[in-house]
Amino acid sequence: MGYDANLPVDQAVPSPAPERLLMKGAEAIAEAAIRAGCKNFFGYPITPQNEIPEYMSARLPEVGGTFVQAESEVASINMLYGAGSAGVRCMTSSSSPGLSLMSEGFSYLIGSEVPTVVVNIMRGGPGLGNIAPSQGDYLQMTRGFGHGDQKAIVLAPASVQEAVDLMSLAFDLSEKYRNPVVVIGDGLIGQMMEPVTFAPTVQSTTEKPWATTGKPPTRKRNIINSLYLDAETLEKHVLHLFEKFGRMEAEEQRAELYLTDDQPEIVICAFGTTARIAKSAIKVLRAQGIRVGLFRLISAWPFPQQAFQTLVEPTSAFLSIEMSMGQLVQDIRTQVAGRKPVEFWGRTGGVVPTSEEMVAQVQKLHHKLVAQG
Amino acid sequence: MTDDVVMAGFGGQGLMAIGKILAKAAMQDGRHVTWLPSYGPEMRGGTANCVVVMDDEPVASPVVQHARAAIVMNKQSIDKFEPTLVPGGLLVVNSSLIDRHADRTDLRVVELPANTLAEAAGSEKSANMVMLGAYVGASGVVSGASVEHAIELNFGGKKAVAETALAAYRRGFELGRAAVA
Repeated sequence: MGYDANLPVDQAVPSPAPERLLMKGAEAIAEAAIRAGCKNFFGYPITPQNEIPEYMSARLPEVGGTFVQAESEVASINMLYGAGSAGVRCMTSSSSPGLSLMSEGFSYLIGSEVPTVVVNIMRGGPGLGNIAPSQGDYLQMTRGFGHGDQKAIVLAPASVQEAVDLMSLAFDLSEKYRNPVVVIGDGLIGQMMEPVTFAPTVQSTTEKPWATTGKPPTRKRNIINSLYLDAETLEKHVLHLFEKFGRMEAEEQRAELYLTDDQPEIVICAFGTTARIAKSAIKVLRAQGIRVGLFRLISAWPFPQQAFQTLVEPTSAFLSIEMSMGQLVQDIRTQVAGRKPVEFWGRTGGVVPTSEEMVAQVQKLHHKLVAQG
Repeated sequence: MTDDVVMAGFGGQGLMAIGKILAKAAMQDGRHVTWLPSYGPEMRGGTANCVVVMDDEPVASPVVQHARAAIVMNKQSIDKFEPTLVPGGLLVVNSSLIDRHADRTDLRVVELPANTLAEAAGSEKSANMVMLGAYVGASGVVSGASVEHAIELNFGGKKAVAETALAAYRRGFELGRAAVA
């Protein structure tokens, strides 16, 4: 779907407080960013996320912000570098190939400690691939998608409301840690409509004494830079960054545990849309008497290991279900460390796995577990 | 309690619009709801569809393989979605553009000439509203008042268009309700 002529009407509709709107994921992400105080958007079009820049282009001028359609993704990420350095809440959004183009600039943002938010509505790959939903960028995103020793928080909403809530969080976390934050969704999250409620608009209260806002006589120049030619100086800087990454890892783990309290035979591990479809499968499997639960990552990085580790002992086996060829499962195997069987099943190329397929995969694994005693 | 419906036809027949109207009505009824369009190259000149899921609990999967109901407005859509419905499912067929009956005998079927009925109600463009009415009348999944309110909102200030749409919707509703009575 392209332009939604109904949307401005929806927004004008008075509804019972707090206002509950039926909105498309992509547009809700954009509105959430604006309500979180985002003033600048820089982006280059790519399906399936074009509703985000489209919405921003209309709304940002209304709130005194600026929308720029850049000449490329490389330009967008470097515009973010500039706006973020000046302390402005800013963001870009793109889809998989666009993120690859942004990877150099993303590393600069981390190296220079510039807060910003990057949204990746993932599509089928590799290469130009297609515009269908995918989760094939999991490894690329969760390892910090630029070069060098670097990491960034990655948030993975599974509903339009959660996307709204996480956008606001993303801006706060990016400023808290002076590090870019990535929000990953798939084409379904972007295209789906669901009711959403927005929290009251809050302005950022984070002090930014480091921002390049013009030098008053009272302090030294602020310099935003990621170039450290002296090896020992750079090492010291990277160690400082890793002290931050360590705090992110300790404090920013987020996960949802669904039906995992009864010593489950199988726990499905998933995120985003895949996790929602898994919930439908779990309802069917539970009715068949199979004890299945779900471990859903909300923070794809840091991996929510505190919550996950509580499941390793009581669970018989883990099944990672993905819209990719076995990426999340690598983290699950690392976490389980050989203590329990870990299996993978997924669809790729933009094919969305069905709940029936998931039911069949869990049944197969269940038979195997029963046969092994 | 979960209700879901797939709505399919040519791009331009207004399937996406009635999906949104239904979703808004269900939301007004206090239910959880998702609206998911088909998107991508398949929409160019071909069949467009959307799926609406309504649930008393948060909606698990917005993707539905075997829907409980289908609104089909052209031949390709009945061919594609009739086989996928659950046994006992509801199939609402636009007989103005579909020259065959349902093959399956385990479905509840409502056939109605939506284009002709819409024209009689004021505009052939409201054929989608006739179909929506028939679905709501036959299924009872949402309150009539919520749907009518959602239709009025959909057309904003265009009162005359909204009136025509409401007339078409009500005609479909009567026939849908009568068909399953």
